[in-house]
Amino acid sequence: MGTITFIEHDQTEHVVKFKAGCSVMQIAVDNAIPGIDGDCGGECACGTCHVIVSDDWFRKTGTPGDDEEQMLSMTPERTGTSRFSCQIVVTDEMDGMTVRLPEFQM
Amino acid sequence: MSTQSGTFDDLQARMINATAKVVPMHRQIQGLKHLMSAKKAIFGPRRPMTEFVEKPIPDVSTLSLEDIDVSNPFLYRQCQWLPYFKRLRDEAPVHYQKNSPFGPFWSVTRYDDILFVDKSHDLFSAEPQIILGDPPEGLSVEMFIAMDPPKHDVQRSSVQGVVAPKNLKEMEGLIRSRTGEVLDSLPLDRPFNWVPVVSKELTGRMLATLLDFPYEERHKLVEWSDRMAGAASATGGEYADESIMFDDAADMARSFSKLWRDKEARRAAGEEPGFDLISLLQSNEDTKDLINRPMEFIGNLTLLIIGGNDTTRNSMSGGLVAMNQFPEEFKKLKAKPELIPNMVSEIIRWQTPLAYMRRIAKQDVELGGQTIKKGDRVVMWYASGNRDERKFDNPDQFIIDRKDARNHMSFGYGVHRCMGNRLAELQLRILWEEILKRFDNIEVVEEPRRVQSNFVRGYSELMVKLTPKDKKEAR
Ligand code: HEM
Ligand code: FES
Repeated sequence: MGTITFIEHDQTEHVVKFKAGCSVMQIAVDNAIPGIDGDCGGECACGTCHVIVSDDWFRKTGTPGDDEEQMLSMTPERTGTSRFSCQIVVTDEMDGMTVRLPEFQM
Repeated sequence: MSTQSGTFDDLQARMINATAKVVPMHRQIQGLKHLMSAKKAIFGPRRPMTEFVEKPIPDVSTLSLEDIDVSNPFLYRQCQWLPYFKRLRDEAPVHYQKNSPFGPFWSVTRYDDILFVDKSHDLFSAEPQIILGDPPEGLSVEMFIAMDPPKHDVQRSSVQGVVAPKNLKEMEGLIRSRTGEVLDSLPLDRPFNWVPVVSKELTGRMLATLLDFPYEERHKLVEWSDRMAGAASATGGEYADESIMFDDAADMARSFSKLWRDKEARRAAGEEPGFDLISLLQSNEDTKDLINRPMEFIGNLTLLIIGGNDTTRNSMSGGLVAMNQFPEEFKKLKAKPELIPNMVSEIIRWQTPLAYMRRIAKQDVELGGQTIKKGDRVVMWYASGNRDERKFDNPDQFIIDRKDARNHMSFGYGVHRCMGNRLAELQLRILWEEILKRFDNIEVVEEPRRVQSNFVRGYSELMVKLTPKDKKEAR
């Protein structure tokens, strides 16, 4: 158990609870966070679940795999700490993590 | 009919005449070669043209599995595609057809399998082309929809900006005013054909805006790409006369290079760059000299007009067809206009404007209990995946508040996922917002006429009658 904070592009904050083991995309969709579409359902194949992880949490989310890197490279709003949230599986260590949403999804 | 090389020479001459003043000749010839290959990427090789003659398609239950041929370009027009694909999904989800007029090919028809193939660009190549017909011999293709990474990624990133959401924000107002103009000019007292008057007109305007193409000549963009996607040899379409396409190619080369040079001159004279494709390319370090690489230049422009043409058009028509088949949904929409964004996804799912994309296996692959051999053609039938009952509840129903409408596969998945998806959604959202402001009902008064193709799923005629909103409550 823990909480994660989503910050929309207009700075609106959403603090939601999570159970370890599901993806950040799933948490966002379950909580109807605006701005995360998750069109492909978590298959790393649509690029509509882009989040920008805050610097101090970025390393804890692991490293993007080849598939993710490939799709990220096509994302116009990509930053240095961008991830696809469907590829981040939350653990109890991620309690308190903050992620920002880009202005647009691909 | 001229021979292949005869036509080639002819085209070469025409292109050079047309553009000699604008582009040095050697570049033209490069551009020409490119056009040949680009054309083939979309509609296949030049070979004896098959003319398709429409015959009634047998009931699928009377056929043995091996005789099922879903490449028949009349399957959609005769509304037979539903039982055909359902049988394949249930009995042979990865199905081999040995003897189609387009050669042998595999059909992948279930949602999950299609997603797997689309994602796996390491196993399945999009080269040399993405439609069913035979690949051309010895010609390179310069449209990135038919390129594999890493080449694909480089090309895509150079043009992506023009339809990226950031740019679209700039365009929304313009799209809305143009949509309003078209809707305000519609006849209220008699039925008319929605396809040319609304769907084609709006997509033509959009394409002209994207390219900053001369507005009065916008119909050309539509005609070029209609013919390119409608070639008989490629998709079983109705255009069997290839010589016209060669004229088109020359015409396109001329128009596009002129467009580039004009823009360059206007900029040199101090004009602010716009948000059109050419301005964008000219502002970017990597692409500011793209005109010197005509193969790439023409390829990217062509892909954009083909990609954005009948797809959006047929979603604009398809939405009306759906609303008329499911009138309860129109009532629901009027009561809850906030459903429009979800409805747009549902329209795109239900219509699936492009039936498939094609791949070639790069190695032997096991899928659905079958072995696809290296070199085999594999067709991902998005139209079937969008009606897969394993994925969507009541898939054939049009439900504007369907929870998982966004999970549709009409835009494809993976590295080739539609680059214009947000533009298409925006255009459709605005269209329906503006429709609801003006009309109480849009009744389809005759059975729509469907296009002949195994690739494009669309309408050539959709006769409708409008009921304007009561004046008092209007706007
Ligand atoms: C409802 C409308 C549309 C549909 C259904 C549609 C469908 C598709 C599909 C199925 C693909 C290939 C996906 C794959 O191989 O996985 C694609 C790619 C593409 N589409 Fe669209 N499209 C639409 C609108 C547009 C518009 C408006 C534009 C541009 C103005 C556009 C431009 C492109 C481009 C450039 C590609 C190639 C992307 C790549 O290979 O990376 N499309 N589209
Ligand atoms: S949900 Fe599609 S990439 Fe994450």
